[in-house]
Amino acid sequence: MSMHAVRLGVKRGWHEQILSLKSPQDQVFYVAMSLANVAFLWWKRNDTVEELGLSFPQVALPGILALVLAFGFLMSPAQVIAMEREDGTLLRMQSAPGGGVAYAVGHVVMNLTTIVPMLLVLVVPSVLLFDAGSQRGVGGWLVACAVLVLGASALLPVGLAIGTLAPDLQRAAMWSVVPLGLSALLSGIMVPVASLWGWLQPLAQGLPLYWVGHLLRYAFLTDASAAGELNGSWQVPQGVAILVVWSVVSWVAAAVLLRRSSRRQSGAAVADARVRAAQWVH
Amino acid sequence: MTTSPGSFSVAPSTAVTDLRMRYGTADVLMGVSFNVAKGEVVALLGPNGAGKSTTIEILEGVRRRSGGEVSVLGADPEIIDEQWRARVGMVMQSWRDHARWSPHDLVEYLGRLYDPYAAVSGRPRWATEELLKMVGLDRVSRQKIRTLSGGERRRLDIAIGVIGRPEVLFLDEPTAGLDPEGRRDVHELIHGIVDRDDTAVLLTTHDLDEAGKIADRILVLAGGRIVADGSADALAASLARDVQIRWTHGGRAHVHACAEATGFVRQLLTGPAGADVKDLEVSRPTLEETYLALVATHHRGANAPLDEKAVV
Repeated sequence: MSMHAVRLGVKRGWHEQILSLKSPQDQVFYVAMSLANVAFLWWKRNDTVEELGLSFPQVALPGILALVLAFGFLMSPAQVIAMEREDGTLLRMQSAPGGGVAYAVGHVVMNLTTIVPMLLVLVVPSVLLFDAGSQRGVGGWLVACAVLVLGASALLPVGLAIGTLAPDLQRAAMWSVVPLGLSALLSGIMVPVASLWGWLQPLAQGLPLYWVGHLLRYAFLTDASAAGELNGSWQVPQGVAILVVWSVVSWVAAAVLLRRSSRRQSGAAVADARVRAAQWVH
Repeated sequence: MTTSPGSFSVAPSTAVTDLRMRYGTADVLMGVSFNVAKGEVVALLGPNGAGKSTTIEILEGVRRRSGGEVSVLGADPEIIDEQWRARVGMVMQSWRDHARWSPHDLVEYLGRLYDPYAAVSGRPRWATEELLKMVGLDRVSRQKIRTLSGGERRRLDIAIGVIGRPEVLFLDEPTAGLDPEGRRDVHELIHGIVDRDDTAVLLTTHDLDEAGKIADRILVLAGGRIVADGSADALAASLARDVQIRWTHGGRAHVHACAEATGFVRQLLTGPAGADVKDLEVSRPTLEETYLALVATHHRGANAPLDEKAVV
């Protein structure tokens, strides 16, 4: 793996990010996401969470961020990878020397840099309109950023692996929606884990999304808010350790899968996908 | 007509010996052998499903073969390194990839991947502007790729295939979906590339006319085997079949088929009824008719008898 290819991978990811930010399609997506978030919090702006002594928007924001992180780093990469395998992007990159490495690195950079616009459109309005910022000041914000990067790093390879294993775009969509929905339900970012059946609770605590939610709540809420957590306390080192383990294991697995899959895609398969896509359009 | 590996004084850039490919229980390639020499343009001609794309994908290293020997630039495409990739050009059919990129950005980007290898091989890659000008995309080079026409896209595909000035170039159906003008552009482009860099070219097509125009040598692939190998003229001569002689005599049409027309016609005209022979016409079946007959025969199995009626 040459440094030249890695450097060009970074350049590719950056170029893709700029193209995305310039594209009206993606701009509409960011605006819609921002408006939906504001509308939801506006609707519940006067609710308070009695046991924590905080407003609903303050308590909800970490969960919303965790959910968006799961969408952006589990589902979206899975579908983009499957799509780019079908439309020949992957094959075209692999036919150039070092192109396979540049392609993979480019995806990582493109996805990680997406955190920035995503945060801006969600967090800024929530803070300005609903005072939903971190209760811990600057330190809390820094922890939140670190958790988002760590969470993205734990989820992204899973998304890439799903996109690599799925035989086509339709199945990539299905295979990524199911784990996303299940882990969102189990991870306490939509409903508290404590309200799940007892046997599900340890399972939930093995999922990266549970710890992303937990650590984001820690970053945004107060020490006293730990009363709402499963063990009644903030488990920061444990959460970080689990996310690191997830990251390492899933990156290794994704790297192996990406390398193995490179032979499966041929020009003929790309041509077949093109015919299938044409049938969808007509 | 049997397989005949060409004989060349220099080592061929691509050598295929007894190549076999089997998908499940279906044999797609059953012992294909051929060579492509430096600077030679070879067309792999055959009907859909004859195994043309399979052959080219095995040579490109994106597909594993079931059997036989394959060597491209002295290496087995199944065990290749990035250095090999830098010397081999592949033109693939694109349709939606890099839609938001501009031709300039994509060509420049992919070109930079070749830079470290150019220093080793001594063949510097194409400069982006120069390459885009050669393929006639200089005017649209800053547009988004998704706004290009089909012909422009194909020319971009070819530009990308030759960025690194490859020693061997593989093209799978380079003119599929193009109008006659677009086809001619692509043909000229390929000839220009070969003239400039002495590149060995192997392309697939199912269009005999195109193969004749573009290639020095045509390999006809049918029923998993190469059933004819030679230049368009050599193919026409070697596949030559009976000549048809038509005439009218006393208002009735006559047809006669024979291998050698001259003697028959002399006899006909100098014979007793010679003075009344009208509308004399001697015709040889076109190369296309011959090709279709050949392909149909081998598609049904090598030993099936030739049956022209089924072909026409």
